[in-house]
Amino acid sequence: MSESLIFEKGSVGRRASNMPSMDVPTEEMDSLLPAEFLRSEPASLPEVSEIEVVRHYTHLAQRNFGVDTGFYPLGSCTMKYNPKVNEDMAALPGFAHIHPLQPASSVQGAIQLIYELEQYLAEISGMARVTLQPSAGAHGELTGLMLIKAYHQQQNQGHRNLVLIPDNAHGTNPASATLADYKAVEIQTEPSTGGIEMEHLKQLLAEHGAEVAAIMLTNPNTLGLFDANIAEIGRMIHSVGGQLYYDGANANAVMGITRPGDMGFDVVHFNLHKTASTPHGGGGPGAGPIGVKEHLVSFLPGPLPAKNEHGEYYWQEQGEESIGKVRANLGNFGVLVRAYAYFRANGPDGLRHVSESAILNANYLRHGLSEDYEIAFPLINQHEFVATARRQKEESGVTATDIAKRLLDFGMYAPTVYFPLIVPEAMMIEPTETETRESLDNFISVMKRIAEEARTDAEIVKTAPHTTVVGRLDQALAARKPNLRWTPGQEQTH
Amino acid sequence: MSYVPNTPEEQQAMLESLGLSSIEELLEPVPSEVRLNRALDLPEALPEPDLKRVMSRMAAKNKHLDAMISFLGAGTYDRSVPSVVSHLQRRSEFVTSYTPYQPEVSQGMLQAIYEFQTMVCQITDMDIANASLYDGSTAMVEAVLMALGPGGRGEVLISAAVDPQYRQVLQTYAFARGFTIKEVPVQDGVTSQADLRAMVQPTTAAVIIQQPNFFGCVEDMKAIEPIVHQGKKTAFVSVITEPASLSVLATPGMYNADIAVGELMSFGNPMAYGAPALGFMATKQKYMRLLPGRLVGQTIEEGGEQRTGYVLTLQTREQHIRRERATSNICTNQSLLAVGATIYLAAIGKQGFRDLGELCVQKAHYAYRQITAIPGFEPAFQRPFFDEFVIKCPVSLSKLEQRLEQEGILGGYNLGESYPGMDNYMLVCVTETRSKEEIDLLVSVLREVQA
Repeated sequence: MSESLIFEKGSVGRRASNMPSMDVPTEEMDSLLPAEFLRSEPASLPEVSEIEVVRHYTHLAQRNFGVDTGFYPLGSCTMKYNPKVNEDMAALPGFAHIHPLQPASSVQGAIQLIYELEQYLAEISGMARVTLQPSAGAHGELTGLMLIKAYHQQQNQGHRNLVLIPDNAHGTNPASATLADYKAVEIQTEPSTGGIEMEHLKQLLAEHGAEVAAIMLTNPNTLGLFDANIAEIGRMIHSVGGQLYYDGANANAVMGITRPGDMGFDVVHFNLHKTASTPHGGGGPGAGPIGVKEHLVSFLPGPLPAKNEHGEYYWQEQGEESIGKVRANLGNFGVLVRAYAYFRANGPDGLRHVSESAILNANYLRHGLSEDYEIAFPLINQHEFVATARRQKEESGVTATDIAKRLLDFGMYAPTVYFPLIVPEAMMIEPTETETRESLDNFISVMKRIAEEARTDAEIVKTAPHTTVVGRLDQALAARKPNLRWTPGQEQTH
Repeated sequence: MSYVPNTPEEQQAMLESLGLSSIEELLEPVPSEVRLNRALDLPEALPEPDLKRVMSRMAAKNKHLDAMISFLGAGTYDRSVPSVVSHLQRRSEFVTSYTPYQPEVSQGMLQAIYEFQTMVCQITDMDIANASLYDGSTAMVEAVLMALGPGGRGEVLISAAVDPQYRQVLQTYAFARGFTIKEVPVQDGVTSQADLRAMVQPTTAAVIIQQPNFFGCVEDMKAIEPIVHQGKKTAFVSVITEPASLSVLATPGMYNADIAVGELMSFGNPMAYGAPALGFMATKQKYMRLLPGRLVGQTIEEGGEQRTGYVLTLQTREQHIRRERATSNICTNQSLLAVGATIYLAAIGKQGFRDLGELCVQKAHYAYRQITAIPGFEPAFQRPFFDEFVIKCPVSLSKLEQRLEQEGILGGYNLGESYPGMDNYMLVCVTETRSKEEIDLLVSVLREVQA
């Protein structure tokens, strides 16, 4: 069954909610605002009662799968459990209902939270200072590259225009480089270790070293592998005058074990909606704080939180070197409250236990799947790994997409498929630390069953899913004849 | 407090099944040279009850708007939100899901976003809208990047009456991307049309005007539009930070804006110290393939019954496909807030949306009449306004703010903070949430200060 749209429900004159009463003396609207400034027709919003609103969005929620519904092994997305206490803390009126332009004296708790969270992130990453302003990972990347640009300009190195990015990187990395007016240059992956091809890097630096602004790395990388050459890479980049940018998408693997700052990175972003358990909300909001080494602090966006000798918190404007604000207001505060709660709940030992457990769970899954599926790099992995459907595709034409769709029939979400781009038929699997052993065992047995189906009854995999509210949808039609909004009289189908 | 479910014994058994004896063996790929050989220097773990106590105390150090009477807007608006909104928005199937990559199990979020895209079109009278952007300021930047095109070079004009924070953000991006910005001066509270006319060049990529502008004044968008479109390739970008204004004021579609962007956080979402916010972008059909961010489209099943369903579409525009050739790097957006705005607009509905605008207009104008009747408190501009207006005050604003605070009132925004020479000018905001009694209290305190 399809669920009709909210616009197709209700009837003329219905409404769910009342507005506050009109308790002031009124005047004619057209005496207050000139007629030519006014809207001609009311917006054709829904006319529905409260019970209809409640049932409609309850039905939509029921048609959606979240971490609370079941196992969500979406690689590189760190779909860990989102603690409920964090939601309660973010909903406290003292956090949820404060205005960004209130005087600092009236929001001491909020600034304190930001001040302390900054310090926690600086310690976890091994950086001198952090800004919580960027709204998400990609926003953090861009902010970080802006800092590097500002730094190089100050050093009379403004001509540096290349950003080196591994061929297995997230798409946001090259897109951010372009937005910061850099040229992205791809570095190859070494086929046996999954790390950076050092010869290729050496060659690039020998030829273009003076033009290199930065290298953007994820470590462990998107293959789930820790690049053991990281310290050497850092020395090489620094020796030609470049900066090291750490994409923190995979920071769930390193807490308390190693720190980007100690690996040699100059800038790091965190995805608090991954590492710090804040919910993904169906695509957002996130938070993408960045940390920097001392030489980049003066370039950070302002204002930054500060504390005076009386223990009072305030916002300190940045000096002239600052790149300036990267968004209005002070960062995704509601997300930051949840992240703060997470770090306080876990403490230092707890965070290390998180990363170690994430690594253990991922290796346990890799081991469990390795009989039935080809593993792209059969090495000890960190928090995630890349399995492939190469064998299934060769033997029976079953692809990574088919396997992903079939998994949905067993009440679990699918891995990230066809990423990283360098691995054909990739299935990138990240279980996170918050899954029980039974949940992992269940996933392994379902994956074994699907491998068996691929051998004996491939059609059931190729036509999956069979149990979801809709079957496979026509993506080509959606792109060829885009229907991006409802219009009155529109038929349900094309 | 740990959210790791497996016990140490279970973890040991798991390790043994891998032929290992300790976790340390799994950390071998991390060279000792880069290891952190000490515990992180962080506060010790708190059990949940202690965590709640600590954080509730922090929250209690903040004066929140339920305990104050706020006349502060300036880009962030206090809204009366129906109870149904948070109850539905907080359904954990919405909250704990990722970007809907697997549409068959994400129909709820996809359909909600499709409804959001539709509602944004309905309130702006534009053809199409995307699934959300970080906030109003970055949505405005995305509009500029869209207008500039792949090279990212060119000149952009922005009215000095656009929110100062938005202008700062644009400046930051201009530095990184390499485009240039010129500010169009303000005359008597609105963008100077004469200056704008002189500044628009055939090569101008975009002109950005805020409606109502930062001073609360309604811009004459119908008169501005032909000036902007003097430039044949110039995009007219309309910025809306107070979305309730769309209820009564002429819409971007009516005044032929090319791109409408702005902030919808106040529709159903907590203020949360200003963010997470909800940037939106709507545009004309012909710019569809230039839109940044996620788009949800309606389609049908490939086979079987050909039932209706929803998918992320036109993804070849986006960074995960186009990589360095993408015009935006946005990945994570503000979906959950879009769901909140959708439920809010469904709940207040067609009539409620109309009422919302009228309440804002009537209450703000009542406050304006009462305040400007006090000797010494003068209107800064004689312009039509929606729910914000500027008052020139006879006393220093810092003194005034303190006095208001004693009465539990959060005063308006001090324009001196962003506009030189406007030190005693207060931007007063009166939304539907303020009662007559509260407005009268403000007026009585102002009168007493004057006396």
